[in-house]
Amino acid sequence: MADELFFKPIAELGALLETKAVSSVELTRAVIARTKAVDGRVRAFNSYDEADAIAQAAASDVRRAAGQARGPLEGIPIGLKDVISVAGQPLTASSKMLANFVSPYDATVTAKLKGAGAVIWGRLNCDEFAMGSSTENSAFGPTVNPWDLTRVPGGSSGGSSAALAAGEAIATLGSDTGGSIRQPAALCGVVGLKPTYGLVSRYGLIAFASSLDQIGPFARTVEDAAIMLEAIAGHDPLDSTSFKADVPDYRAEAKRHQGPWRLGIPKEYFGAGLDPEVNAAVERAIAFYRAQGCEIKEVSLPHTQYCLDTYYIIATAEASSNLARYDGIRYGHRSKEAKDAVDIYFKSRAEGFGPEVKRRIILGTYVLSSGYYDAFYLRAQKVRTLIRQDFLNAYREVDALLTPTSPVPAFKLGEKSDPLALYLCDIYTIGVNLAGLPALSVPCGFTAGGLPIGLQLIGQPFAEANLLAMARVYEQAHDWRLKHPVLP
Amino acid sequence: MTMSSAPDLNIDHVAKLARLALTAEEKARFSQQLGDVLHHIEQLGKVDVTGVEPTAHAFPITNVWADDIARPGLTVETALRNAPAQRDNMIVVPKVVE
Repeated sequence: MADELFFKPIAELGALLETKAVSSVELTRAVIARTKAVDGRVRAFNSYDEADAIAQAAASDVRRAAGQARGPLEGIPIGLKDVISVAGQPLTASSKMLANFVSPYDATVTAKLKGAGAVIWGRLNCDEFAMGSSTENSAFGPTVNPWDLTRVPGGSSGGSSAALAAGEAIATLGSDTGGSIRQPAALCGVVGLKPTYGLVSRYGLIAFASSLDQIGPFARTVEDAAIMLEAIAGHDPLDSTSFKADVPDYRAEAKRHQGPWRLGIPKEYFGAGLDPEVNAAVERAIAFYRAQGCEIKEVSLPHTQYCLDTYYIIATAEASSNLARYDGIRYGHRSKEAKDAVDIYFKSRAEGFGPEVKRRIILGTYVLSSGYYDAFYLRAQKVRTLIRQDFLNAYREVDALLTPTSPVPAFKLGEKSDPLALYLCDIYTIGVNLAGLPALSVPCGFTAGGLPIGLQLIGQPFAEANLLAMARVYEQAHDWRLKHPVLP
Repeated sequence: MTMSSAPDLNIDHVAKLARLALTAEEKARFSQQLGDVLHHIEQLGKVDVTGVEPTAHAFPITNVWADDIARPGLTVETALRNAPAQRDNMIVVPKVVE
């Protein structure tokens, strides 16, 4: 199975395309055939447009034949989480609210991928409006984990991680507001990168919590993640929070840096609730870095215990504001039961949103409401400052932090029905979003039961090249990436 | 108001602010679940935030200006493509003024 085209990394496929051993149409057909063979079980896709993908691939082959290949993504099929706009294609956010919505324009990342010659392939399932950690909150039904079809793929970008793990795309994009790239990457055994806030444009991304959201790649290898990041990063005048930072050659930089690095182990990330097998795998990864000559230093992020509460105040507040636009008037679901214009708002939102989205809108509206704003929202923003300072203080002593990505491996569908229990899945990932930092998850082993485990590396602002280099050193010394799920 | 006071979530009031019609069953369930979450959130009241500036964005960027140059926008047809109801290049809504 490892010889199958759909399990090969971008870098390897690039060589095959370059020498014309394989065409983009052949590669795209292989991915489509694989998707048709397995997606009835994995259910990673909300929709795909086969004819459109083949047409893009054919155009790529024409460019290559004319000597106009555009780089490492030329002709590579890439899947996008269904919160990222692709002009003329459906965009649902896995919500009934947008069940019939068609994107009027391309997101900046979509335009950049197209400009890099990639074949845009399908829209991937997620928790509704990216709210969740298991992809069970999708209005169109859950995606499952290719390593064990009775378990969740993580979330909210669970379609993006599951499709990649199952060979239904060569790489994918997701979005990460509190861990929604890194946690599903960990649970599905692939690489997932959440860039520094502002490195990647959010233009054309359906907003969840605007001060936390970032788009980032899922990939089979660290090198592939570097290729993807380079394609999508960079300043965009259409996103006023986009940062004017240089975009380095991440692929070359990731190979050039070899360490040794000073690595911090935040003691607060190894407490109660951490699965023993996850802990053991992460400890082995730490031992590996130590053996490589890295200085391993215990550090403290003293406000870690407040991350979850801070996150759920800020994220729901921003979500309640962002989701006010879904009013049934201009686009999206409009109730047929409404008596008058104002009633359209109440009933369209009641019919269009699922339970988790409603819960978060209510919580977010409450914490912003008159009399509660100072006690909740303003206080959370102040604690956010302290959380960010914790990280910056740690970076005076270390180059990056090593932690588990998720406290637990993939859990059973329906296992975490209590919202608070599910929120606790994000405890190692949300601090990164609050502080705006880059972080990635790289596979670091399997449980005895065969479930993937992820190692999280958290870096300094805009130090993605360094993070990729650290992850690559670990990845190249292990062969976790060569294992693929065997679908029954 | 201090964070240690028991959270009192008036779900009818908040649902009205959010323009969200909830069923009686949803009100009961959300009240209980959000009560749990708010109880958890109360611990933020223990943090000393005296003199701490709030963070709205991790990397404060202010006064971002765009050049005042006209660019092509969406066509009327594209802009109306997702409208639930339209007529004569306009979105149709129920009568709002008597």
